[in-house]
Amino acid sequence: MAQPIGSPTVGGNAIGGNAVEIRGLAKRFDTDEALAPFDADIAAGRLTGLVGPDGAGKTTLLRLLAALLKPTAGTARVAGHDVAAEPTQVRLVTGYMPQRFGLYEDLSVLENLRLYARLRGLRGKELTETFERLLRFTRLEPFTGRLAGRLSGGMKQKLGLACALMARPEVLLLDEPSVGVDPVSRQDLWRMVDELTGEGMAVLWSTAYLDEAERCDTVLLLNDGRVEYHGPPAELTQRLAGRSFRLTGEAEDRRRLLAEALDLPTVRDGVIQGASVRVVLTEGSDRASVDELAHGHGSVVEPAEARFEDAFVDLLGGGPGGHSAIAEKMEAVTLDAEMVVECRHLTKRFGDFTATDDATFQVRKGEIFGLLGPNGAGKSTTFKMLCGLLRPTAGEALVAGHDLRHAPGQAKLQLGYMAQKFSLYGLLSVRQNLEFFSGVYGLEGGLRKRRIREMVETFELGRFLDASPDLLPLGFKQRLALACSLMHRPPVLFLDEPTSGVDPLTRREFWTHINGLVRKGVTVLVTTHFMDEAEYCDRVALMYRSRIIALDAPDALKASAASAETPDPTMEEAFIALVEAADRRVGEEAA
Amino acid sequence: MSDTSPQHRRRPRSPRFDPRRLAGLLRKESLQIVRDPSAILIAFVLPVVLLFLFTFAVSLDVSRVRLGLVVEDDGPQAAELAAAFAGNRYFDVRPARHRREVEDGLTDGSLRGMVVIPQELDRRLASGLPVQVQVVTDGSQPNTANFVNGYAGGVVANWAAGLPAGRGGAAFRPITLRPRYWYNPEIESRRFLVPGAIAIVMTMIGTLLTALVVAREWERGTMEAVLSTPTGVAEILVGKIAPYFVLGLLATLGCAVASETLLGVPIAGSWLALMSLASAFLVPALGQGLLISTLARNQFVASQIAIFTGFLPSLLLSGFLFEIDSMPIWLRALTHVVPARYFVSSLQTVYLAGDVWGALLPNIGAMLALGGVFLAVIAAKTRKTLEP
Repeated sequence: MAQPIGSPTVGGNAIGGNAVEIRGLAKRFDTDEALAPFDADIAAGRLTGLVGPDGAGKTTLLRLLAALLKPTAGTARVAGHDVAAEPTQVRLVTGYMPQRFGLYEDLSVLENLRLYARLRGLRGKELTETFERLLRFTRLEPFTGRLAGRLSGGMKQKLGLACALMARPEVLLLDEPSVGVDPVSRQDLWRMVDELTGEGMAVLWSTAYLDEAERCDTVLLLNDGRVEYHGPPAELTQRLAGRSFRLTGEAEDRRRLLAEALDLPTVRDGVIQGASVRVVLTEGSDRASVDELAHGHGSVVEPAEARFEDAFVDLLGGGPGGHSAIAEKMEAVTLDAEMVVECRHLTKRFGDFTATDDATFQVRKGEIFGLLGPNGAGKSTTFKMLCGLLRPTAGEALVAGHDLRHAPGQAKLQLGYMAQKFSLYGLLSVRQNLEFFSGVYGLEGGLRKRRIREMVETFELGRFLDASPDLLPLGFKQRLALACSLMHRPPVLFLDEPTSGVDPLTRREFWTHINGLVRKGVTVLVTTHFMDEAEYCDRVALMYRSRIIALDAPDALKASAASAETPDPTMEEAFIALVEAADRRVGEEAA
Repeated sequence: MSDTSPQHRRRPRSPRFDPRRLAGLLRKESLQIVRDPSAILIAFVLPVVLLFLFTFAVSLDVSRVRLGLVVEDDGPQAAELAAAFAGNRYFDVRPARHRREVEDGLTDGSLRGMVVIPQELDRRLASGLPVQVQVVTDGSQPNTANFVNGYAGGVVANWAAGLPAGRGGAAFRPITLRPRYWYNPEIESRRFLVPGAIAIVMTMIGTLLTALVVAREWERGTMEAVLSTPTGVAEILVGKIAPYFVLGLLATLGCAVASETLLGVPIAGSWLALMSLASAFLVPALGQGLLISTLARNQFVASQIAIFTGFLPSLLLSGFLFEIDSMPIWLRALTHVVPARYFVSSLQTVYLAGDVWGALLPNIGAMLALGGVFLAVIAAKTRKTLEP
């Protein structure tokens, strides 16, 4: 690019120098410590990842650096200006993109740009030049007249980025720019950020996706308000070198293999990865007991490359054990039907917009089936039709042999549903939530009391019974939500984005329960936009622009996208390849 | 700064108040108002609906009351009195020969009153004996009951006045009561209600709409993005107040034109006085709306507070529906902090009496003072941060 997007002179912001200096910075809201005191320097010309689960303090830190919050203690200097003493100067040198875009959805792309240009004091020739440059940079030129509310998630983020860049900032603060963005647009965002750092801008990119950390030059790893690690991601991952292994070969009962592996004292952490199981050993222990276990299952142990997420879990003290108390209490599911969920040519139209287009798939008993795709791809619509929350425009859906159109009540009794963000009643206590959900599912009298007591015991909810679910720690909130959906012992479980924004330990505990339930014959349908979560599934349907563009086992999907450059693609790389192939097909059909 | 720190590019200092930034905000706000159907609805459609509702449904006048008329006498004088009732435009008469024919109607509410023209009316008049015409009214509807009583009395008095002298007619006219109503000669309550309706509409625009649009910016995160730019608090506040000030004045104008052309309620005073009052009232109304939105950053809570502290007091404590003088003393004291109180009484002055600046100026002063208090609190409360 001929002209720089950000600072006009690289010399103004020497690469490698410090763009942000943080000393003892802390933030407290009433009694809640949002950010514990820490020191850090953020380099100019580098991409710094602010990584951590929801509620870790990422947004608080970005707002402090944008001079939108006042520090409780300590100082932060942004491009030489103190955030507490010189907020206006700080705002002149920073570009900030809040989590919710900060766009006026009833204004067009150009009108949004014009507003921010005025707020930044641009005019005349400078204004037109900046517009041209930013529109070219973000590739939004064809859409200048479109209302911001009508843009796709990816385009909204690009417009938000353009508005933040209007400042010609020295420090760019991006709050979760990749949430709700499809993998292709995400690639685009990475490309733009790379260009900006190349010009000497310091970019802070906050994310809850741990796999994004590996793409950053430096990482500030936050958990529960504390900085757990600050440095290059590879350095943290390096600590785990030689401790990660992959157990391959035996696909049939990998869930039992994982459960048993996690119960070994030498195993720190473990997850399912497609047909294989990935384990991380505790520091200093040898692989003998893992080898022995693998041998008993007929699988092969091979060393694997350490990942950033392994290191994070290790930092937090390791994953949970492998056995789910709730799954053990559950009796094995008896269902006559071999196909538990079936949908044929399922279609849903809202006006002239088709949200789900001709979806056909079957889910076998005891299978984990994933619907994977970016926001707005049609996952939730498909899901809601299967739960009987939406009526299909065409096609049919059966759950446990009951047609949702003719016997919705019958079908609904067969399924448990856990909605996004848990959907618990904050104004009811934990006990009342349990009572409410057991009542909704038709449990009565002694059985109802027994089930509630059982849930309270297995999920250790006893000490929270009279508290509001809003006040529970995240892990317990998740347990409660799961308890509510399992109360009536459903043979089919629907999970809508069950772990988005959740820290990796809580996620692992969740999947331990799910794996346990599946081993009892429960069938699980899950939607997710976490690519690595798809690895837990037996089969995955990739949704893109209302259509299922691929349906297969995770390993097969990855293999189908393998090429000379990427012989062993990740789920995300596979997704991008499949989406691009789908786009090409559409293009050819059009031609 | 230590030697290792980079030399940061020098930037021009940003002025505290930049008219160009303000122009950008004003342009944005105007575009949003024009594109937001709910703003147009509240500013232009709702006022017309309210005006019609308040002036027709809430009208405090009673027209064409259903009345049972029991005529027990056959004489010509009795017939004349009966005809006077039947011909009166305020009564819808159901004639009867016996009380019991209409008593049921009174009980089930299909009749609002009953007039009994007694037996031997003619004979008693001829012999100069006193005559009693009985009026029975429905006490469960006091307003209507008073009206029936008053008008029935008037009809009887008119009829008595036409009696030949010496035939008992004089007995009815020792004293003649001739009430006169000033300022509203026909005592049409719509003339009181139109000013009240304008005040309600202005409260909706000033307080409710402003509280909602600012809360919406907090909800959608746009406020956060604007705050992260060098834009100052003053620019943001003026950028919000000015467009809604103009919108409020336009709505007032719309209301006044609609009430004159569609409802036949002209202003006695001048348009200048009307617009001055509206401008003065918008200061506290907008101030209240902005204050609510700085306290409540979501639309639901903001609308609840706006209705409870803005709309309801304007309706109930402004003297629009209930006379302030008949309120208990503590409630009367409370009305002094309701800006609509000053607005309603001044509007009534302008509508019914004219430009009585001596009465208007103190009210304008009171509204501006209340507005000043709101703006001072906002200035103290609003920081350029997201601190809760």
